[in-house]
Amino acid sequence: MEETIQKLARTSTVIPFYKIIAAGFPSPAQDYSEPEIDLSKVLQPNPTTTYIIRIKGDSMREANMPDGCLAVVDRSIKPYSGAIVLAVLNGEFTVKRLVKAGRNWVLHPENPFYKPMLISEDADFQVWGVITHTIVDQK
Amino acid sequence: MIGLVDCNNFYASCERLFQPRLAGRPIVVLSNNDGCVIARSDEAKALGIEMGAPAFLMEEMLSSHQVAVFSSNYTLYGSLSDRVMQTLHMHCHTVEVYSIDEAFLYLYDMPHISYEQYAINLRAAVKATGIPVSIGIAPTKTLAKLANRYAKEKKKALGVHVLDEQDKIDEVLSSSAIDDIWGVGPQYTKLLQRHGFKTAMDLVRAPEEWIRKNMTVVGQRLLNELKGIPCIEMETEEAPRKNICVARSFGHLLSEKTEIAEALANYTAIAARKLRKQHSCARVINVFLQTNNFRQQDEQYFRSINLQLPVPSSSTTELLQYATKALDLVYRSGYNFKKVGVMLLELIPSNQVQSGIFDQRDRPKDQRLMTEVDAINRSWNGKELVKFGRQSGGRRWTLRQERLSPCYTTRLQDVLTINI
Repeated sequence: MEETIQKLARTSTVIPFYKIIAAGFPSPAQDYSEPEIDLSKVLQPNPTTTYIIRIKGDSMREANMPDGCLAVVDRSIKPYSGAIVLAVLNGEFTVKRLVKAGRNWVLHPENPFYKPMLISEDADFQVWGVITHTIVDQK
Repeated sequence: MIGLVDCNNFYASCERLFQPRLAGRPIVVLSNNDGCVIARSDEAKALGIEMGAPAFLMEEMLSSHQVAVFSSNYTLYGSLSDRVMQTLHMHCHTVEVYSIDEAFLYLYDMPHISYEQYAINLRAAVKATGIPVSIGIAPTKTLAKLANRYAKEKKKALGVHVLDEQDKIDEVLSSSAIDDIWGVGPQYTKLLQRHGFKTAMDLVRAPEEWIRKNMTVVGQRLLNELKGIPCIEMETEEAPRKNICVARSFGHLLSEKTEIAEALANYTAIAARKLRKQHSCARVINVFLQTNNFRQQDEQYFRSINLQLPVPSSSTTELLQYATKALDLVYRSGYNFKKVGVMLLELIPSNQVQSGIFDQRDRPKDQRLMTEVDAINRSWNGKELVKFGRQSGGRRWTLRQERLSPCYTTRLQDVLTINI
């Protein structure tokens, strides 16, 4: 056995091995390939005007916004009645549902333990952006 | 026509976006190491706070007026600047990003919409990013700059000013001081004021021979620009830099060579990355080391040295070896050092590098390594995940940034947290 190996080693030449060349059939799918679904396009179609925030507190629990979740805010969307907004009321941020009630606007929580806030006419109020998605970790 | 879009008090606006309670309050942003004021909100300007004012001399004044003070957060400003510039690219085909907060637009004839309406729409689109801008539109870059300034000062609510008629141009020229003109520095200002020039209009009315004689061809070009004849081209492609310098003051004074070497290694890694990004190699590396010349109680020292590389290189590994060697040559013990810096000079395109006959280095391997390192670091959002041993240590050299805001847009752990 040993002799045979030595004999082989003396007589054989080394052939460099470069790379694997596929020799089978080409995939029938290759002409039909498409890019994978890009989650960032789903969550932020307008990346230049979109910001991510974190929610602390449970006043919006029943709108699928539990304590600690992430929310996606788009500043390019015009606020409308029924939208969940990131608002600035007298210099403080809050997240609530913006509802038109008669002639007034109300910031409506989504939790029976919290009270709606009427936006008085002299309040310093501004909508920072409209919440488009929430991201909840289900693990 | 040329448009100039300029962010209003850009750094202050970035900070204010995430802290709405700062609306109407004065804001200042400090330079690296919290040294001096480099940006002010309108309210801070109204308090008489000057650009470049050293912060430590104003502590009392700043707190008595409840001025919000920030360390400069270039990660945040860069991210918001990108958003603004991307918005401009969506609305205009030819954009020249002139600085972090300014861009020139080349505007073709717009048959369906007036320039003013276009600017109003564009301003609203950029506002959606969170950053307020002013827009000036005029036949030349220099006039667009003046139009922008006019919009900021005199048409604050609209934020837009278009110079599409001679009357409007004349009005702006008459209301702009000599030193408000783009390209008129302190030297020319002095010269012109000495000769009785007060406004941009005075300059336009001056005889051309006088301008050419006293202000050379630069003045001639300026004059044409003010008269509405474009002389300064749009530059949409960033010209590769002729040299790259990375130098910063330390957060503390340093005397130990190992600590300085650590800072130098980090600066060299940054410089090498910039070098590779523009596909250049450096033939010469310069390292300089200096003490703080404001500290009169300290003995002063400054030295700088050039080392020539045998073969021009862009490899961090190789540049680090030379930077270390250079530091060995300039370093002396017993001084309180304030700053170290590295400059890469005599840059050439990397595909024009001539190899050396006696070169022992495995350059293809170097290149593969650097390509991989850059790719990994890029995929980690620019954070330096892979670095060289010499870059690590006690990090005593890092900047002092005591009033740094969170990186709201680039780090998940830093996003705005809203208590609801």
